[in-house]
Amino acid sequence: MTVVRNDDWDVVLNVKNLRVHYATPLGDVIACNGVNFDVYRGETLGLVGESGCGKTTAAMGILRLVPPPGRIVHGQVLLDGTDVMSLDEGELRQVRWRQIALIPQGAMNSLNPVMRIKNQIADGIETHEGRQPRAALRERIVELLNTVGLPSRVYSMYPHELSGGMKQRVCIAMAIALHPSLVIADEPTSALDVVVQRVVAQTLLDVKERLNVSMILIGHDMGLQAQLVDRIAVMYAGNIVEIAPVKEIFGESLHPYTQLLIESIPSIKERKPLKVTAGLTHDLRNPPPGCIFHPRCLYAMDRCRTDVPPLRELAPKHRVACHLY
Amino acid sequence: MSQPLMEIRNATKIYGGGFLQSGDQVIALQDFSLTIDEKPAMITTIAGESGSGKTTLANLILGFISLTSGQILYKGQDIAILKGAQRFEYRREVQAVFQDPYEVYNPFYRIKHIFDLVIKNFKLARNKRKAREVIEEALKVVGMRGEEVLEKYPHQLSGGQRQRMMVARAFMLQPRLIVADEPVSMVDASLRAMILDIMLRMRDEHNISFLYITHDLSTAYQIGDQIYILYQGIVAEKGDTAAVIENPKHPYVQLLISSIPVPDPSQRWDTNISLPPEEELRGQVKSGCRFYPRCPYRMDRCLIERPPLCNIAGGAHAVACYLYE
Repeated sequence: MTVVRNDDWDVVLNVKNLRVHYATPLGDVIACNGVNFDVYRGETLGLVGESGCGKTTAAMGILRLVPPPGRIVHGQVLLDGTDVMSLDEGELRQVRWRQIALIPQGAMNSLNPVMRIKNQIADGIETHEGRQPRAALRERIVELLNTVGLPSRVYSMYPHELSGGMKQRVCIAMAIALHPSLVIADEPTSALDVVVQRVVAQTLLDVKERLNVSMILIGHDMGLQAQLVDRIAVMYAGNIVEIAPVKEIFGESLHPYTQLLIESIPSIKERKPLKVTAGLTHDLRNPPPGCIFHPRCLYAMDRCRTDVPPLRELAPKHRVACHLY
Repeated sequence: MSQPLMEIRNATKIYGGGFLQSGDQVIALQDFSLTIDEKPAMITTIAGESGSGKTTLANLILGFISLTSGQILYKGQDIAILKGAQRFEYRREVQAVFQDPYEVYNPFYRIKHIFDLVIKNFKLARNKRKAREVIEEALKVVGMRGEEVLEKYPHQLSGGQRQRMMVARAFMLQPRLIVADEPVSMVDASLRAMILDIMLRMRDEHNISFLYITHDLSTAYQIGDQIYILYQGIVAEKGDTAAVIENPKHPYVQLLISSIPVPDPSQRWDTNISLPPEEELRGQVKSGCRFYPRCPYRMDRCLIERPPLCNIAGGAHAVACYLYE
């Protein structure tokens, strides 16, 4: 197994030209239109965009978990140098959870209500590592729970005895149980109250730093992304339109869609007039020619209606798909 | 002084623990009082985390459930004893917009069905041509046209469009008050401003008051006039929205506001917060302040008696905390 090196950065995950379609009676919906990105070791990449833009599909594509009628049309996913797309089912099972762990959307509701927490975590560990000595397993699970800031008594509790934030932290504990090199968290704090959200978010940051795992954080809350991630990839209608370090996204975003997203964050610091923007995402079955954002773009030029802008590097680690630059 | 549009006096709602039942009682709302003036129209925000009693309040006002004690007066009449024409009038003048724009539609009917039903039930138009005029007028307020949407099925519209349809439906009845329960929490960020802007325009141009129920303090800050922040069924703090959010007094409200993620990567959370392990034990404080277990400033007397709402600076701003007595 060779590790791909990219300059000074150690690449954990390399996604190339990932394309996922969903079949519908009226033609394919292009949910992921040739997505390219890297995740470096120890970093958190935020994947943001509105509902239906393909963020979850991209994550599922990486794990080859796209449910039918969806299918991966083509693309390459290199995880620590292993080509995920070429693995057979048996090999793939070894990669999932051991190397990439997923915290799916609404994970806290996926805990088995009639199983104690200890058994649910033990299940995952034993499926991948075979039967474990009882005492060592117990110690390991308690340690995992403590890592995510839960008291040891959670070990023998049932999910209904826990609050939403605690259940979500159990899911984080399960995700890191096998020391994966990459954790994908899909909206890990949605449906939680702000105070609990902050606790769960801190747990994620804490775990990431302690274990030096890489993380893909899928979300739509730009405020939360600003607090948590190192780089942000902005998706629109199945395409990554901008990818840059978080400070540049918030300080000097270049793509008009990113600017729109940032402007529409409601502020708690100052009262300002609402910025109303019209426009809808096009039908994903019939993407417009040229730039996919041109029907809603304030700066659309003739060229945008015919040529597809490539994702180009305009500054170090700052890539944008827009003809303006 | 003229009669207020709506006045809620010491509303209390207790779930469970009825006659012959030995279940635990849950106090969903306790001693809640609120006044909405006839003029000028204003947006009153009810904010709080899940389980704080916000939706209970909406259900009480809309008459889905009845009060355990207290009164809700609409134009001076108790809504619990409204009969015949008065009840019909109340049903027309108080409208609702709900959180989930996907669940309120019957997928088998075209969009125009929701408008036709209202026109029939409330006899808003004598003939088809007049009916269409009424519908078009309502759609204009939300920035849509009849030919774009009326013949479509709900699944053909986006979440934002469906929510605008619901607002248009409510508007058609020329209500005096719209109870909006989390109207934008499921709408994408870039379209959220549009719905909030519609609410503002209805308030200013059509004299419609709103009861805006939300967990999101930042949108409340952008559009709200007065605010009530609930904690476990009790008002923790109330007053002018800007005053409360810019200068929160109650320790719970301070915690809440500091937990909202700031969309600026250079201002990250610097302190760690933690929740006490009993976080989920609701109602463990039988007497005294409900925030006691989590409060950093708690005193012995907070356990003895529940702090009443104390006015601050002689204005509308009031806090239920002994620190400000």
